[in-house]
Amino acid sequence: MSPDLLIALVMLTNFTLVATSRINKAIQVAVAQGVLLGLMPIAMGLGRHLHILAMAVAAVAVKGWLIPFLLRRAMREVQIQREVDPFIGYTASLLLCAVGTGLSLILAHSLPLNPGAAPPFLVPAALATLFTGFLLLVSRRKALTQVVGYLVLENGIYLFGLLLVEDMPALVETGILLDLFVGVFVMGIVIHHIRAAFDSTDIRHLAELKD
Amino acid sequence: MSLYLTALLLVAASGIPGLFLRKRGGEVAAVLLSLGAVLGLAAAARVLLGAAPSQVQLPPSPLGHPGLLVLDPVAAWFLAPVLFLSACGAVYGIGYWGDGHPGARGLRLAYGGLAAAMALLATAAQALVFLLAWEGMAVLACLLVLTEDRDPETRRAGWTFLVTTHLGTLALFAAFALLPAARFAALPAGFAASGRGTAFFLLCLLGFGVKAGVMPFHFWLPPAHAAAPSHVSALMSGVMIKMGILGLVRVIAWTPDPPLWWGALLAGLGVVSGILGVAFALGQHDLKRLLAYHSIENIGIILMGLGLGLLGRSLGHPVLAVLGFGAALFHVWNHAAFKGLLFLAAGSAVHAAGTRALDRLGGLARRMPWTAAAFLMGAWAICGLPPLNGFVSEWLLYLGSFRALELSRWPWSVALLSALALIGALALACFAKAFGIVFLGEPRSAAAVAVHEAPGSMRWPMGLLVLACATLGLAPGLVAPALDRTVGALGVSAAPLATLARFSTLSFLGLGLVLLALLLLLWLRPKRTVEVSTWDCGYAEPTARMQYTASSFAAAPVAGFRWALLPVEHRPRLRGLFPAPARYESHVADPVLDRAAAPGLRLTARGLALLRVVQGGQLPVYLLYVLLTLMFLLLWMVL
Repeated sequence: MSPDLLIALVMLTNFTLVATSRINKAIQVAVAQGVLLGLMPIAMGLGRHLHILAMAVAAVAVKGWLIPFLLRRAMREVQIQREVDPFIGYTASLLLCAVGTGLSLILAHSLPLNPGAAPPFLVPAALATLFTGFLLLVSRRKALTQVVGYLVLENGIYLFGLLLVEDMPALVETGILLDLFVGVFVMGIVIHHIRAAFDSTDIRHLAELKD
Repeated sequence: MSLYLTALLLVAASGIPGLFLRKRGGEVAAVLLSLGAVLGLAAAARVLLGAAPSQVQLPPSPLGHPGLLVLDPVAAWFLAPVLFLSACGAVYGIGYWGDGHPGARGLRLAYGGLAAAMALLATAAQALVFLLAWEGMAVLACLLVLTEDRDPETRRAGWTFLVTTHLGTLALFAAFALLPAARFAALPAGFAASGRGTAFFLLCLLGFGVKAGVMPFHFWLPPAHAAAPSHVSALMSGVMIKMGILGLVRVIAWTPDPPLWWGALLAGLGVVSGILGVAFALGQHDLKRLLAYHSIENIGIILMGLGLGLLGRSLGHPVLAVLGFGAALFHVWNHAAFKGLLFLAAGSAVHAAGTRALDRLGGLARRMPWTAAAFLMGAWAICGLPPLNGFVSEWLLYLGSFRALELSRWPWSVALLSALALIGALALACFAKAFGIVFLGEPRSAAAVAVHEAPGSMRWPMGLLVLACATLGLAPGLVAPALDRTVGALGVSAAPLATLARFSTLSFLGLGLVLLALLLLLWLRPKRTVEVSTWDCGYAEPTARMQYTASSFAAAPVAGFRWALLPVEHRPRLRGLFPAPARYESHVADPVLDRAAAPGLRLTARGLALLRVVQGGQLPVYLLYVLLTLMFLLLWMVL
């Protein structure tokens, strides 16, 4: 599988994510994106480094199994199926995502980066994924979709990290995975507590905590 | 150097075993810290006695530069009081803040950490190491100030300290960024006179001046020293504020060609701090606040010495420079000894009576003779009276100022001379007040009656400090070679200080004075004691309230400084032949903290409240801010 194909798929998952209203589907797509990205280093031909291979396996395991497991459990617990009435509507989100992707393509060209041997679309895809994650975080209202947005954001950072994967020590890479896992874990607990405290997972209620 | 590093480790870790011990943690900490202090003092003594400066390269920091510690004479000179006083304080802490007190473990941990941070700071020869040690010192000191955090006044003191010290650190960051080629060593010639050099010096003066408590950056000092436990106050006042002086000394040592105005500014600030420090001390009703204002006064004296030295260097009179720097550096040691002693003695009085208010104490000398004697010795030394150590450093400064009269055409040093004389007289008045109100007369409250003498673990450190004061005062010749070496590191050389200031004559006269006093004591000692009541002026029932109070004792000098102190009085109106009972109150507010900083900050807070619109409480909005910032930065980079 060529890296370009994977990148194209990742871009597609981005659009699917912002357009879907079903939380279950959003989780599935985010997980699929994570697995795609986990395969990315191998597609880039970095499988010869043992530590990168180990990291890829770990990434697929965490993003493909552990995180969806935690998210599904949280979903069962709070019993929410759909994201209704987001801050920014689905069509508008789709348009914004398209604008963001376009911007990333422009930005990536003029950013003072040295992609070296990396595939040419790696940087724009990373930026677009980052942007999509942010879009989800900003526009969605349910705590679970917020977690999905966070996941997507992390995927973007991970993609960016691939740019430097040969120079970056394995420590930093595992750091990303750990960060992700802890993030989801904590968010899972927080969701539970938000629900326990406010009887809803609508994050608007968090504004009541302001002093 | 390994001696020094071992000492550093021992001191830093001194509080750790106590975390796991149910009792005797204080003793363990004191033993470890004292052991570390002995090792570190040995390392410092070797350098001060002429061994070559040693250095150790630390592994590179994440920012790339390898850290460097250099134990040179200046470092050793400042290291010695840090270790000596912190060991005394640790032993004192066993009895003063035992395991029964809240937060005793944390206190010991932070105490060792603070001592270690200062010991590290003395040798830091690289900007990052210096700033790290500086920040560690500030944070740990703040934790120590906050030991009794249930008291709102303590929390306020800690908060003021934290904000002010970070303001100073900020100035230091800016100053070090201005250093040419980020070097932390001798500056190139011509740098001091450039605009960049001027900015560097002023920022250093702000950063180090805040820590040293130079007027007008002194305002954190009195509340913090009053709120902290007494052995912590001793450490802070005795050595921590000297770290600001250390910074200034380093800057002076790096600068080959200081402009004339540097010295004049330092001396001017010294005069202001010295006179106003002691004037504010006179107006205080709180024993520890009073001592804290005296620290400001003594920092003023040190700055006058540094200023005189710098002026001597700029004017090309090495004798002035040697005398000025010698006075400043020697006063660093002396102040550490007698102010440490005073805080420890005041602490045991406060510990016994449970109050710091002067007007609730009184007559403690009868029940706490050792503490009273220790306080008297400290007071004697701080007033600059012979034969104790405060006299010797002030003597150097007097000599330098008189020599300046001979050497230069303009009699500018008259300002120093008269300021020094005024400070000495006011300090004497202030300590007559402090000692008289606390230790003499009749107890002014029930708490002052039920006092007990401090335990041995608190008396021994005081005794050691008395010994230090006496040794430095009676035999200054002992430390003169070390002082010469340290002054030499500041780039000046003249005749040795021992000959310049006739230390041997001084010792001779001092010993003679002591001998004479002893003889007089023996001769005048009453053969037998008869106890009768004193004449009570015809009052049938004298009470303890018919004594001089802290305010009435100092009323005359305070009135003389009314223009600066702005004392607040609540005066009752008495009418008729038999007026109703009335209250009279007076207090002296700190001009900078209470009249400028606090109202100014309140105003700023009101203005900043407008910005709370931005804090809507909505999570997506916050994330939007992040996104917008990110987009902005990306576009900024591209465009």
